[in-house]
Amino acid sequence: MPSTRACGWSGGSRRSDAVAIRAIGTEQIRPGVGARIVDGFRRFLDGDVFYSFRRSPVTIVASVVTLLLFVAALFAPWLAPYNTYDVASLNLIDAFRPPAWADSGDPAFLLGTDDQGRDVLSSIMFGLRISLLVGFASVVLAALFGTLLGLLSGYVGGALDSLIMRIADVQLTFPAILIALLIDGIVGSMLAPAARRDFKIYVLIFAIAASLWVNFARTVRGSTMVEKNKEYVQAAKVIGVHPALIMLRHVLPNVLGPVLVIATLSLAIAVLTEATLSFLGVGVPVTRPSLGTLIRIGNDFLFSGEWWMTIFPGVALVALVLAVNLLGDWLRDALNPKLR
Amino acid sequence: MLAFIVQRLGQAILVMLVVAFVSFSLFQFVGDPINNMVGQETTVAQREALRERLGLNDPVPLQFVKWVANAAQGEFGLSYRMGKPVNELIAQRLPATLELVFLSAILALVIGVPMGVYTGLHRHSWLSRAFLTVSLIGISLPTFLIGILMILIFGVWLGWLPTFGRGGTVALGFWQTSFLTLQGWSHIVMPAFTLALFQLTLIMRLVRAEMLEVLRTDYIKFARARGLRNRAINFGHALKNTLVPVITIMGLQIGALLAFSIITETVFQWPGMGLLIIQAIQFVDIPIMSSYLVLVALFFVVINLTVDLLYYAVDPRLRVERRVAAV
Amino acid sequence: MAGRSRRPVLEVRHLEVEFPTRRGRLVAVDDVSFHIEEGEVLGVVGESGAGKSLTGAAIIGLLEPPGRIAKGEVLLDGERIDHLPYDRMRRLRGNRIGMVFQDPLTSLNPLYTVGRQLVETILTHDDLSAGAARQRAIDLLAEVGIPSPAQRIDQYPHQFSGGMRQRVVIALALCANPRVVIADEPTTALDVSIQAQIIKVLKRLCEEHGAAVMLITHDMGVIAETADRVAVMYAGRIAEVGPVREVIRNAKHPYTHGLMGSIPMIGHDMERLVQIEGTMPRLTEIPSGCPFHPRCPHAFGRCPRERPELMSVDRSQVACWLHADARLQSNSR
Repeated sequence: MPSTRACGWSGGSRRSDAVAIRAIGTEQIRPGVGARIVDGFRRFLDGDVFYSFRRSPVTIVASVVTLLLFVAALFAPWLAPYNTYDVASLNLIDAFRPPAWADSGDPAFLLGTDDQGRDVLSSIMFGLRISLLVGFASVVLAALFGTLLGLLSGYVGGALDSLIMRIADVQLTFPAILIALLIDGIVGSMLAPAARRDFKIYVLIFAIAASLWVNFARTVRGSTMVEKNKEYVQAAKVIGVHPALIMLRHVLPNVLGPVLVIATLSLAIAVLTEATLSFLGVGVPVTRPSLGTLIRIGNDFLFSGEWWMTIFPGVALVALVLAVNLLGDWLRDALNPKLR
Repeated sequence: MLAFIVQRLGQAILVMLVVAFVSFSLFQFVGDPINNMVGQETTVAQREALRERLGLNDPVPLQFVKWVANAAQGEFGLSYRMGKPVNELIAQRLPATLELVFLSAILALVIGVPMGVYTGLHRHSWLSRAFLTVSLIGISLPTFLIGILMILIFGVWLGWLPTFGRGGTVALGFWQTSFLTLQGWSHIVMPAFTLALFQLTLIMRLVRAEMLEVLRTDYIKFARARGLRNRAINFGHALKNTLVPVITIMGLQIGALLAFSIITETVFQWPGMGLLIIQAIQFVDIPIMSSYLVLVALFFVVINLTVDLLYYAVDPRLRVERRVAAV
Repeated sequence: MAGRSRRPVLEVRHLEVEFPTRRGRLVAVDDVSFHIEEGEVLGVVGESGAGKSLTGAAIIGLLEPPGRIAKGEVLLDGERIDHLPYDRMRRLRGNRIGMVFQDPLTSLNPLYTVGRQLVETILTHDDLSAGAARQRAIDLLAEVGIPSPAQRIDQYPHQFSGGMRQRVVIALALCANPRVVIADEPTTALDVSIQAQIIKVLKRLCEEHGAAVMLITHDMGVIAETADRVAVMYAGRIAEVGPVREVIRNAKHPYTHGLMGSIPMIGHDMERLVQIEGTMPRLTEIPSGCPFHPRCPHAFGRCPRERPELMSVDRSQVACWLHADARLQSNSR
């Protein structure tokens, strides 16, 4: 049927169009990496994403809170008032002190102390450190593994795709926390008791990652399948570019947006999962307590009225997870082309 | 349709076999099971006799088959920690967990779905925004923290509700129920709410997202273009199309509730399956761990099969031809 | 031709549809005026993004926010219907104005039978008994050419083929006997072999029910076959509007001329298809003066400076400075 549509490119993102032109053989002078980063950043500040960021006060607060908590965790050994791992420095006389503003509080211990005389504020900072360590490690592991499988599954298709998706479907029938718990318990029990203590944290990271990879894989697979059919990929294929290179250099950048959103939301889930497992007593070893561990230890003293040992770590945990969730929500809306 | 059922059934059996294999393998990895069961004074000869009696000298595949046969009859051996038969322990604890999960599911549905529908229809009202804010906090609060807070507020400070255990239960045959006494209810209320809260916010957000998605579709646009009343559009078309996928997700919610009941039981010292498995993991009580694995897998597999069948019943598109799974 | 003394069924005067964005106000439909006589088929043709669909949406009151009617009037049988309160507009929809969308697959609710959706619409606008409504639905299905309507009325949309589904959609749009039907790309999503059938069905039904049609499409072939008059839109404005034969054979606006030249026609000897250089400008970059001037082979001094209004030339109206001179010349005789 005759159409009034004038000629022009259809589909493909701007970036991939440029790559496709290059692939076809047109000579292009590429600016240096530094210039491209600066240019990219300038475009980012000018773009819709940052605009929606500036307009949302909630998101700004959330990112500030997240940043503060990250800094507190990262620099805990230097920033924390006390080193709570140093058993020798503990003094039982200081035990059970309420927060500084309460009656028998001591300004030296801003948020009070626990049953062994450890400063709660410092414990929280070191606990944050552990929580975030486990959280980040599991998300990175899940993202790497999930993205790789998703790329393969989406690009190669066929039997491999069916197999991976079948495994993913089966795993999705079980709640993530259950998977993490069972893997942690099972793998943990397979280790000899001595090794168990040392390797527990790695088992934990692996267990949480195992519960999270599916989200990455499915989304990346979906995006890959969409990108696979676009012209710039077909152009690259025709030219004979190796499939791995196509996947890495062409498909992957276009798929990173959703991955980033999922990674952020997964971080919140990972932190919660770790906290839950530690609270249950099957998470991180007690010698390096995370926020969940602190809450568990403090829980024992809840009935005798020493609430600060549980509530403050709890507040820190909620603040972290809430802030990350808000960031993730905003990121998802900002990167969603349908809502722009 | 038949092909679909057969395929799903086959998949279910395969999953169960894999799970059974994993459960069985647990025993192989954790040293000599005999050592876990007997005291130190038992002689080597006695241990050998026990080993022979328990069939531990048979070739491994034979052991596996025997184990599966036993498992199918509910025979899981003795708990290492408590010495009692595992199936007895499970039978004792199962009603507690099931009642908790059941009540929570009802709470989450009855509160979550209407909230989700409301926030989907009235996107910009202040009430919607309030609900959404609360829901965001709801999914950022871990279940155990909610439990602790409830205990603190309602148990310690206000003293209204008991803070642990099931209280008095009434026996209905072998089933111990909390629902027939006021005391039973007072004990189950806080754990049920704690467990329900997380699911409630999830359901609310899900229903809302689904509702918003549906309201953007072409058939809703066409319905408006035909001049249908708002009521007909919102509750006749939008609601039905929203609830269809949501109803099927409810089935999976029950699974999630089971998982989170573990936490709730720990916080409230609720004598159910969750507490059992946590203690089992801590003490490396393999028989309980392996039986729990099998039971839970069975539970989820059955739920998923039911959900799949439910999809068929509810969506007319699936009834006629086999639907390829959406990306 | 309809008598000029009668009032047109639909009249659009200086309609402007805007979208406030952070980059400023985007005007998607700019000073558009046209009318449709009773029983007439007006084709609205133009490239994707020319503003045709938005015009249709504005007329029926289904503009998606933040889009809004900034200026202008829409009159149905002489009464203003733009900016009516929601409920009054709702009563007009389906009843006095109908609309047919592009994709029949997504236009129908997959969970309800075709009959239920028909009866529901009928009962919304007419006070009939359920049985009478059902009978009317069956009759409508027969009218649009669905075989065995009494059985198929209880089937679900996915049980119909694409062409059949669009017939159902047409039946739905017409079941309350609207005066005007806005058909937004009704055949674009269908197989080429079915397109002609569906257009015939649409035209026949509208004639039988006495409804005027605003046929929005980018397909000139459909217009040539079906429309009485045609309006050509470019960058949110009307470039030319007039009787179909006139516009096709004797295109006055250079853009229309280019469009006609780009259609391969059997029986016409053409060396090559005309291709208009460049693309239609984006909403954010609409040129000053006449929006077509950068691509126009006949552009001259006045074109980039002043925006041309619609001027009558012969039996059409054109928005082009080329014809201002011609009119002046003819006026001065």
